[in-house]
Amino acid sequence: MDFSLSKKHLLARALFKEFAETEVKPLASEVDETEIFPRQTVEKMAKAGFLGIPIPKEYGGQGCDALTYVMCVEELSKVCATTGVIVSAHTSLCCDPLLTYGTEEQKQKYLVPLAKGEKLGAFGLTEPGAGTDAQGMQTKAVLDGDEYVLNGSKIFITNGKEADIYIIFAVTDIVTDRRGRAKKEISAFIVEKGTPGFSFGTKEKKMGIRGSSTYELIFTDCRVPKENLLGIKGKGFGMAMHTLDGGRIGIASQALGIAEGALDRTVEYVKERKQFGRAIGAFQNTQFQLANLATNVQAAQLMVYRAAEAKATQSRYTVEAAMAKLFAAEVAMDVTTKCVQLHGGYGYTREYEVERMMRDAKITEIYEGTSEVQRMVISGDLLK
Amino acid sequence: MKIVVCIKQVPDTKGGVKFKPDGTLDRGAMLSIMNPDDKAGLEAALRLKDQYGAEVTVLSMGLPKAEDVLREALAMGADKAILVTDRVLGGADTWATSTTIAGAIRNLEYDLIITGRQAIDGDTAQVGPQISEHLNIPVISYAQDIKIDGDSVIVERQFDDRYHVLKAKMPCLITALSELNTPRYMTPGGIFDAYEAEITQYGRADLVDVDDSNLGLNGSPTKIAKASDKVRKGAGEKVSLDPEASVKYIMDKLSEKHII
Repeated sequence: MDFSLSKKHLLARALFKEFAETEVKPLASEVDETEIFPRQTVEKMAKAGFLGIPIPKEYGGQGCDALTYVMCVEELSKVCATTGVIVSAHTSLCCDPLLTYGTEEQKQKYLVPLAKGEKLGAFGLTEPGAGTDAQGMQTKAVLDGDEYVLNGSKIFITNGKEADIYIIFAVTDIVTDRRGRAKKEISAFIVEKGTPGFSFGTKEKKMGIRGSSTYELIFTDCRVPKENLLGIKGKGFGMAMHTLDGGRIGIASQALGIAEGALDRTVEYVKERKQFGRAIGAFQNTQFQLANLATNVQAAQLMVYRAAEAKATQSRYTVEAAMAKLFAAEVAMDVTTKCVQLHGGYGYTREYEVERMMRDAKITEIYEGTSEVQRMVISGDLLK
Repeated sequence: MKIVVCIKQVPDTKGGVKFKPDGTLDRGAMLSIMNPDDKAGLEAALRLKDQYGAEVTVLSMGLPKAEDVLREALAMGADKAILVTDRVLGGADTWATSTTIAGAIRNLEYDLIITGRQAIDGDTAQVGPQISEHLNIPVISYAQDIKIDGDSVIVERQFDDRYHVLKAKMPCLITALSELNTPRYMTPGGIFDAYEAEITQYGRADLVDVDDSNLGLNGSPTKIAKASDKVRKGAGEKVSLDPEASVKYIMDKLSEKHII
């Protein structure tokens, strides 16, 4: 077992760090304050190849591994969690299912421009009545001639209004299972922005990741060519769950980055901040708290990297992904909360980045499966 | 068009500086980066490649770990990399370095050689022009803009309060300023490819038309008498007085030390 990173991974990390510090960090507060999507940063990331890291070169990507992708989201999230989730949603939730389930034609038409960063991707599963419980889904797709007609809506969609290509899940049939119960059969579709009948609803006003474009998507008699059915008809639920396994590794990386960023800022702060004639870092309470936080951050990093390794080498990595996301998200919330505390009153102001990081951390315990859902997934595997 | 870009691995000024007993830098013990002027030179070459089509070869003389900056250059888009490394080349000053690099370049075909103006560790700005002397080709230093015009280059050379426009027939050598451009980022895929790529290694035996007496520490006319890290100043003295008393205090101190 080798815990050291290879030279190429170390150089990739140095690249992501330099990019994050130079291009992303200076805008992070403004992006949070103004809730404006950082379009220019996305264009720079596209140019630098950050929007297709784990996608093979033949499909316009960089041909790197899951670990490299994870480190990219981690380093971006250290300075700006909004930027981290833009990359994560695009890569894990849109590029990845196209790579896994797309036909060669679909890959050429949609994956290549996505992986090159010419287009941005999004994923629409959640509905007002169906988040984790996909059977509550109301959006329908009905085959009419050579087209599927979509009707319904999706909420809380990351990269919502900014994306160009969307993976949308809809009910295509109702079947009866072996016990005679009606069961919704779900399928996935590739929908392009600008398709007639596809519009945007309200923009969410959020606690954190405020620059991320979170929108409601509305489908009203939206006609999609039947060639845009992704994967096998009726197998959409399994595809969504498998996609979310990968997505959770992305969010775990985001959570890890937020925790690391907050810890870095706090280590700097406690060396500078003086109380009772000494830097507060000289007090044992500060030292012990920092030691605990750093230990948890290190544990989270090992779990996230382990999950990335599992994705690269195993066909199923559901449990590894759930554990990494559960742990990293809770570490992010705990670390950022304590970092705000160590900053005292200043930590509660927007002058200091830890305030934003604490707000940003919360979502990692919620989206792409809440911490409770991760516990269901993990225990489900234990008790099967 | 074939372009050779000379790059140097230099100590990262953010890290500490360490010396060997003979006064030369202990490069193996320091964090290192690609010299900023050289990186601008590489970017200039890559832009010429983007615009006109070219094969860009990066060349570095140094310790085996200088391979790291060559891989970085490959990850930015260079096509080939050559590392000139040999124990007998160690401790070289600018003369021995330029002799070595010229000896290595004599193996290659080139239309243009680009070096950085100077390295942040030595700050001599001598190696580039010296290479051109050894190879008997024209040199244009301090380039802030480079264009190709048929078989010539047109270069804006930075001068105190203006710039000169110079034209030279290729092959020639240009020294680049870090102000020349903003170097591109490596790409993640470029990094992965760079670690698959082969780096050509040259030793003493591969240097063409070079005399041993001009190589390494022994072949270096420059002798270092003494080297030291930045002298750290004390914390100084802090006094809190009103402006008038402060002026008197400072004047008295200066007078006491016979400065005024």
